[in-house]
Amino acid sequence: MSKLSVDHLLGIKYLTPRDIELIIETADNFKEIINRPIKKVPTLRDITIANLFFENSTRTKLSFELAEKRLSADVVNFSAASSSVKKGESLVDTVNNILAMKVDMVVMRHPYPGSSIYLSKRVKSRIINAGDGAHEHPTQALLDSYSIREKLGDLAGKKVVIVGDIMHSRVALSNIFCLQKMGAIVKVCGPNTLIPKHIESLGVQVEPNFDKALQWCDVANMLRIQLERLDINYFPSLREYTMQYGLTLERLKRLNKEIVVMHPGPINRGVEISSEVADSQTSIILNQVENGVAIRMAILYLLAEKISRA
Amino acid sequence: MRKRTLLNTKAFELTLKRLCFELIENHKDFENTILIALQPRGPQLLNRIVTMLQTQCAKLDLKTAELDITFYRDDFRRGRLPLKASSTKMPHIIENKNVILIDDVLFTGRSVRAGLEAIVDYGRPKKVELLALIDRRYSRHLPIQPDYVGRKVDAIASERVLVNWKETDGNDEVLLFTVTKENE
Repeated sequence: MSKLSVDHLLGIKYLTPRDIELIIETADNFKEIINRPIKKVPTLRDITIANLFFENSTRTKLSFELAEKRLSADVVNFSAASSSVKKGESLVDTVNNILAMKVDMVVMRHPYPGSSIYLSKRVKSRIINAGDGAHEHPTQALLDSYSIREKLGDLAGKKVVIVGDIMHSRVALSNIFCLQKMGAIVKVCGPNTLIPKHIESLGVQVEPNFDKALQWCDVANMLRIQLERLDINYFPSLREYTMQYGLTLERLKRLNKEIVVMHPGPINRGVEISSEVADSQTSIILNQVENGVAIRMAILYLLAEKISRA
Repeated sequence: MRKRTLLNTKAFELTLKRLCFELIENHKDFENTILIALQPRGPQLLNRIVTMLQTQCAKLDLKTAELDITFYRDDFRRGRLPLKASSTKMPHIIENKNVILIDDVLFTGRSVRAGLEAIVDYGRPKKVELLALIDRRYSRHLPIQPDYVGRKVDAIASERVLVNWKETDGNDEVLLFTVTKENE
């Protein structure tokens, strides 16, 4: 069995296809474990992990915490709202203070793009990026790829369309890297104002017509309209957005095939996806959440392997 | 490298047959018994034992499982290459059952220790026994002894015992490899 080629999980961009395969294969084992009566193994019982969340999160934070606990790691949680960050402490100082308490790994979510890369160069700890601004969200992309593989058997040659706010989405960027490394074909779809210029340079095509994109794809990954990140009006109204890019049952019925519907959550029901679709058989939204724990266990396990017991 | 045959094809079959008879003697109709193979080398031995047991007695309803112990090992993060985990298939409830752990070679006993820890995560067995095709006695790091032994072998730590299977290696045999001075 080979090791990961990286010492931190900073982004999918830095992983090799073999790394991704290794993570996905390892996650298979952990998926079996989290479905046992006792969902826990003792592997990381001598590892301490700090979850640093400088930005709000429910799913990712819970998922990481569960993954850590199911590997028997000790966990400390930190959220910026109740910390000395508000008193003016720098990021490196905050993290070094936590590491002085003998913490082995850091899981960090931060609003600034590149913050986990910055940190990995300045502190002695394994860093796992749990989302850095509009840059990357590698564990989400890995669990998305894992879920597609679970549903469709393989990623190679599969057609995936990512729909919505591509510009502000770290999920979109990480997914583009991950899917392409695994041999899938990626298109993005959304209002012109929310598609970054030069996105074609990443090897993805832009399809402005949502119905055409659906007709083309095997998998539709619906992104949330992140109202909190939209500083100006990128489209006239939410209602108009929903009419053009909202995934409804009528739209799916018009297709002469079945597609897989994904959403990284949290869902805005009735905006980018209708309730009937979100709760339908074609949607694997809750499978994604379950797989998230297995994928995060795999990453923690593979990175912990690289911490020597000096 | 010097090679010595510990069990040839004929002795291999006889040994397996004897092990099967010993199992039948102790477990009768296997009603309350689960046979659990330790991954990665146990399942092949288990399959062969199941086939033989059913040849002896066609009516036997055998409950089998495969257990991977990778995440229970005690050498994680100790410089060894990470081991690839195999699959675990545990379709039966272990609570209050007689469990027979099955592995091809019993060496230091560390895998069996990990296996015992893993089994408890599925429930509290009534009793756990251990079956090993080869017992490398005097090599134990832990106080673990098998209940059913195919063949006891005295081999020093640098020697290697290899179990070959007809299905995958062409021949049923057990070999002992000794590293000689020339190729050290």
